Amino acid sequence: MIRLRNVVKLYRAGSVVVPALRGITLDIERGDFVSIIGSSGSGKSTLMNIIGCLDRPTRGTFELAGHDVSKLSDDQLAYARGRQIGFVFQAFNLLPRMSALEQVELPLTYRGGKNQRRSAMKALADVGLGDRMHHKPNQLSGGQQQRVAIARALVGEPSVILADEPTGALDTKTTADVMDIFVRLNRVQGMTVIFVTHEPEVASYTDRVIQLRDGMIVSDTVATSPPLGAIQEHEVLWGPGIKGLRPVLQSEAPA
Amino acid sequence: MMLYKMMRSAVSELGVNKLRTALTMLGIVIGVGAVIALMSVGQGASKGIAAEVNALGSNLLFVEPGAPGEETDTEGFSTASFTLTADDVEALRQSTALPNVEAVSAVSQIPLDSQVTAGGNTAQVTMTATDEYFMAVRDFELEAGSYFSAQDLDRKTRNTVLGSQTAIDLFGSAEAAIGQKVRINFGPFSLDLTVIGVMKERGASGEGSEDEQMFMPLSTFQARVPFARSPTGGQSVSQIVIKVDDSGKVDSSAEQVRSVLLTEHDFSEDFTVKTQNDLKSTAENVGKVMTILLGAIAGISLFVGGIGIMNIMLVSVSERTREIGIRKAVGARRNDILTQFIVETVVVTLLGGLVGVALGVTVALTIDGHEFGTGSSIGTAVTPLSVGIAFFVSAIIGLFFGIYPAFRASRLDPIEALRTE
Repeated sequence: MIRLRNVVKLYRAGSVVVPALRGITLDIERGDFVSIIGSSGSGKSTLMNIIGCLDRPTRGTFELAGHDVSKLSDDQLAYARGRQIGFVFQAFNLLPRMSALEQVELPLTYRGGKNQRRSAMKALADVGLGDRMHHKPNQLSGGQQQRVAIARALVGEPSVILADEPTGALDTKTTADVMDIFVRLNRVQGMTVIFVTHEPEVASYTDRVIQLRDGMIVSDTVATSPPLGAIQEHEVLWGPGIKGLRPVLQSEAPA
Repeated sequence: MMLYKMMRSAVSELGVNKLRTALTMLGIVIGVGAVIALMSVGQGASKGIAAEVNALGSNLLFVEPGAPGEETDTEGFSTASFTLTADDVEALRQSTALPNVEAVSAVSQIPLDSQVTAGGNTAQVTMTATDEYFMAVRDFELEAGSYFSAQDLDRKTRNTVLGSQTAIDLFGSAEAAIGQKVRINFGPFSLDLTVIGVMKERGASGEGSEDEQMFMPLSTFQARVPFARSPTGGQSVSQIVIKVDDSGKVDSSAEQVRSVLLTEHDFSEDFTVKTQNDLKSTAENVGKVMTILLGAIAGISLFVGGIGIMNIMLVSVSERTREIGIRKAVGARRNDILTQFIVETVVVTLLGGLVGVALGVTVALTIDGHEFGTGSSIGTAVTPLSVGIAFFVSAIIGLFFGIYPAFRASRLDPIEALRTE
């Protein structure tokens, strides 16, 4: 579903050309649960921007859901973002003056179509915020804000959820709650989820870890044990947040 | 995004920084208010002048010295325009070629206010020297006493008839004025006159009110006042007023009067025949020029207000860079962002326009009828046209000055925008 071939991204800093990506070839299939890790400057943010249709590669091709998006115009990229990509950011990136419901409705208003409000309400209920729809961001906790952001990413039924350090601004307890949502999304709904992070703990939730260094993939490992094992490793760390999750995973996870 | 949602989000956005929104709007409020208030003064002036022309009487022709189109002092004193004489007046009266002319009256007016005193009281008046036909031609009526007769003109009597306000200013009432003596001063000359009548109130306000006037026989004026005579010693008049018996015959009569006078003047057209409509259109043109001038001045302040709005919108765009980045990340296209900011700007200017209309109308109503030390009251008239123009222009200003900031916003790179704090 995501197909990158020799993707190169160059930035021009004054007269110096800086390569941010130096030939990335990568396939991510529908329903994958992937993390892209690397230290800062490794190129993982650039890669996320390209996969998220915020940016175009300098060279190479990028196919998203069967379409080559590497040569699209700005407005075509915006269209692709609205239909295919759901962003979740470290800093939540909610609009301070909008209620939770309005935030979640926003992607739909740019797409047009009917039943926008109902879809937004359903997405909020899915992340457990059915009773907080009319709260503004400053009336919500960090975990709740990130759940609003997740609902906003989900409401357009995208092909991919792209989460950039999704728990970077959360404490361990709420991290577990938010991770729970991502794991359910992937396991239960088969949603393709990509994390971009520098935290190995976050990456350990995923089935596949792609490590970047200096704009190149240095390792691409598929977890030998399913993520359930990874969660159990952290059970002590996160305590009760996991307990509710486990039966769901055991009963509903696809074989 | 639907326009309704955009309007709603624009209004809530503007509510966030109320002081800033109010200050931004103020420029438009003052601009629109100024346009409406000042245009109302201009239009009030047009209407006032038109009303004065109507108040002159009905079906009138005016013959004035000087060729048509030539700039002359119509009062005939300061320029060498002594081309109309008593002979012309007599020729018009005797002519058989003027079937619709009812009456002909000769008038000499002193263009500046003259000072008249009686007892200890003083008043400023317009001195009008005329003949026995004047009352009938100009539709004046008497309040008290009597008007000049042919004898007054023949004998060059020192009799005078006062305007209603002048009688009140000098003697307290019309009746009290009859039989009293007044002294009129024309610069170094002065003349004692006896009041034989007082006119009814005419009511026309504004410059040169007809109620602050004094009448004397034209023959007396020409005999007693040195500068009333032309350089050649002829008995010149500054205006001939002709009453036509049928409103449909005004234009044809004007043409007949012209040919009679042409013959009289040996086919040299050194006079102008004007109808009341000519006067009215001249007055209206003056009013129009004034309205446009005042409107343009006010328009400048509206333009300045627009620049203020553009400034604030540019600040707003840079403050909300991150918001723009978020909107783009969730699928907003350039046009979505562009429309959002233009709608916000137009909402500000339209709100400002509404408040400005209210302010302008209030100011126009407040200054209506006041003198402000000018000696004549300022009339204002707010027309739907000026309100419409002001409102429309404020919307256009919003569009015009909103486009650039909105364009900047729409062009922001989403990655950069998301990175800003």
